[in-house]
Amino acid sequence: MQQEYNYLQGYNTIKQMDTLQILFFFLSALAIFSAIMVLVSKNPVHSVLWLIVVFFAISGHYILLNAQFLAIVNLIVYAGAIMVLFLFVIMLMNLNADTEPRKNWWMKLAGVVSGGCFLMVMISLVRQATELSGKAALMKTGDIGLIKNLGKALFSDFVVPFEISSVLFLSAMVGAVVIGKKD
Amino acid sequence: MPIQYYIYFSLALFSIGIIGVLTRRNAIIVFMCIELMLNAVNLLLVAFSKMHHAAALTSNAASTAGVEGQLFVFFIMVVAAAEVSVGLAIIVMLYRNTHSVDINFLNRLKN
Repeated sequence: MQQEYNYLQGYNTIKQMDTLQILFFFLSALAIFSAIMVLVSKNPVHSVLWLIVVFFAISGHYILLNAQFLAIVNLIVYAGAIMVLFLFVIMLMNLNADTEPRKNWWMKLAGVVSGGCFLMVMISLVRQATELSGKAALMKTGDIGLIKNLGKALFSDFVVPFEISSVLFLSAMVGAVVIGKKD
Repeated sequence: MPIQYYIYFSLALFSIGIIGVLTRRNAIIVFMCIELMLNAVNLLLVAFSKMHHAAALTSNAASTAGVEGQLFVFFIMVVAAAEVSVGLAIIVMLYRNTHSVDINFLNRLKN
């Protein structure tokens, strides 16, 4: 009887899980699976393609949080520009699974163990944090992520960092040309 | 959605990035894992900004608190784009000098 009650309760929570939560868990699972595939792919080109899937999933998360400007910028800058740059470099070097350098297995094991330790420590930290309990991120509503409000703030309060970032881009461009120049 | 879920998800992505940096020897994959870690942090910043906004909305319905977090994410993306261009130029130079992208070749920088 108790078991049946628990089952019914579980069924009800599944039924009450709305589209937003289903999308959240689907996008999270997709992002984590693709991130793992980035690591385990032997071919660097496949890694780049899986990373693009991760970026699309994260853009989906931004849309769920109603941060539409960041979702579009994430797609354009990361999935569009940066990943194309990566793909260009990989194809320029003619890298494939055969030229992939191998690391010995105990180094891999040490890396996985230290990464897992970090994850466990941080998760236990978050579980203990009492000031986070009951807080929720506003989804689907709230208009701070719209380009109107972001643009107002960007060109009034943050105009100096915005101009400085153009200087940063100029210096990055000059640096890339100088480093990449054949001498 | 509770903020803890976003923290766990970002932590998972960040840890996968750390594991990738520690376990792979291809310089380009290491670089891609750094991008993954940057994106995990970006997502967490946006989630926290929406959390802050939800808290501010209860006192003032027209509040725009939380815009700073999203602009910070925007600037992180700007810096990441500049960083990628310089980093890939360095990797191309490394490949031109050693004909490999194995980061263990870089230990000759020691002496």
